[in-house]
Amino acid sequence: MIEWLFDGLLAIGLLWLGWRTVVSAELFKAIVMFIVLGLFMALCWARLAAPDVALAEAAIGAGLIGALLLDAYRALVAERWQADDRNAKPLVAASLAILSSVLIGGLAWALLFSPEPVVDLNAQARARLADSGVGNPVTAVLLNFRGYDTLLEVGVLFLAWLGLWTVGEQESNSAATGAWVEDSDLLTALVRLLAPLGVLIGVYLLWAGANEPGGAFQAGTVLAAVGVLLRLSGRLRPELSPDLWVRFGVTVGLLVFSAIAVGVIPVGGNLLEYPGDWAGLLIVVIETSLMVSIALILTLLFIGSAGLRRGGS
Amino acid sequence: MNQPLFFAWVGAALFGIGLYGLLVHGHLMRKIVALNVMGNGVFLVFIALARRDPLVTDPIPHAMVLTGLVISVSATAFALVLLKRLARQAQAQESSEHDS
Amino acid sequence: MFPDWLAWVLLSDLFPWLLITLGAVFFLAGTAGLVRFPDLFSRLHALTKADNLGLGLICLGLAWHNKSPSVALKLLLIWLLVLLASAVSCHLIARYALHSDSKVWKQRHD
Repeated sequence: MIEWLFDGLLAIGLLWLGWRTVVSAELFKAIVMFIVLGLFMALCWARLAAPDVALAEAAIGAGLIGALLLDAYRALVAERWQADDRNAKPLVAASLAILSSVLIGGLAWALLFSPEPVVDLNAQARARLADSGVGNPVTAVLLNFRGYDTLLEVGVLFLAWLGLWTVGEQESNSAATGAWVEDSDLLTALVRLLAPLGVLIGVYLLWAGANEPGGAFQAGTVLAAVGVLLRLSGRLRPELSPDLWVRFGVTVGLLVFSAIAVGVIPVGGNLLEYPGDWAGLLIVVIETSLMVSIALILTLLFIGSAGLRRGGS
Repeated sequence: MNQPLFFAWVGAALFGIGLYGLLVHGHLMRKIVALNVMGNGVFLVFIALARRDPLVTDPIPHAMVLTGLVISVSATAFALVLLKRLARQAQAQESSEHDS
Repeated sequence: MFPDWLAWVLLSDLFPWLLITLGAVFFLAGTAGLVRFPDLFSRLHALTKADNLGLGLICLGLAWHNKSPSVALKLLLIWLLVLLASAVSCHLIARYALHSDSKVWKQRHD
């Protein structure tokens, strides 16, 4: 009973926050509502026994996306951008609302009568868990059973970085350039403490990911949060052209993952088929390089340029 | 009525709300935020359905949502970079029109 | 020196829930302050003070409930990190508000 009460409140909170995010008259309010929605999502994952996703959501959905949106908001305000914010006319909006409601009803109907899965992937994944080299089933799926998903994902991140290189800019009007932030002694002290601690937590999450909730994604996001902090306190600055170290860091995940994926073909016979005894070690190597690339690319996406350099102070 | 179905319905509703926001707003940043609401709805359906068997949680949707989260944050970040660039160019154009 | 009833309360399963409920009450108070207080500075004051105490009580309750030293240490770390982060972000927000001449509420003496 009490669990239903909690779930019910959670659901009401999610729907209300989603609705407010969409209909708030001010952009700033919408952004804040969306950040809170991210926190509620993290709670929701915890309720649905998805601790791996909850960890990533708390860092990404509430933290990183929030920082990105607020930073972009600040930049738009600084540019005094006259956005094309003509919304749909009331009649159009009403019909869109009706159509969206019909869609929700249809989806609810489909979910109610969703067919039983033909192939029980869950049972298959759990049955082969011992062969995967790791104890956490989510890590086993990400890095072993469905490794190609993750390989392509790193490819997408790499593409995002290439896009950044194409359109990135040196100077920016982002929130990070406010002098009043950079010369705060308290912030300096906090960054000195949090940056090493963040790195420690990131590496811990990576290590724990083999058998407990955690892994390269969560670790990479925590490290990216450290990068955001360093940017906000002026210790990292944008650079149009990435130097060799940045190029290496951005590509190392994709390169190591691809090299291992192809390299095991002579031994295992198939792409990404790790030889049994080596699976655990190979996964740790891949995850470490993935963590570096994910962290660096997400940090660069926040900074808004393809490269970075050390800032003064 | 069980917990997975309940949360899957909430996910479907979030998807619909996000879609409405995406279509009804003209402001590009509002569209980006609404798109993220839609994404959250999709993730919620995935994770809820992973609990269909209450005894063993299905790790495959979890892994897919983790991948999806990182993809969605990088896509959002790139969209925001494009938006900032657009705003800067619009501003530059406007000021050059003022000068002439 | 140590009354029996106190030992009973501390050892019972209800004690952690008592701490957690008390913590939730402080969160409620902090939120009420955030909504009802007149200016940014007093809102920050309500938010940072009451919520930090509430989180401390909740962490203490959870640690008590778990009876595991490693969990207790992690919870302590979480609390200390939140204390630090909220102190610094409160400082930064207040500083920004001061720089941008945010309105300060003054009691009227009529």
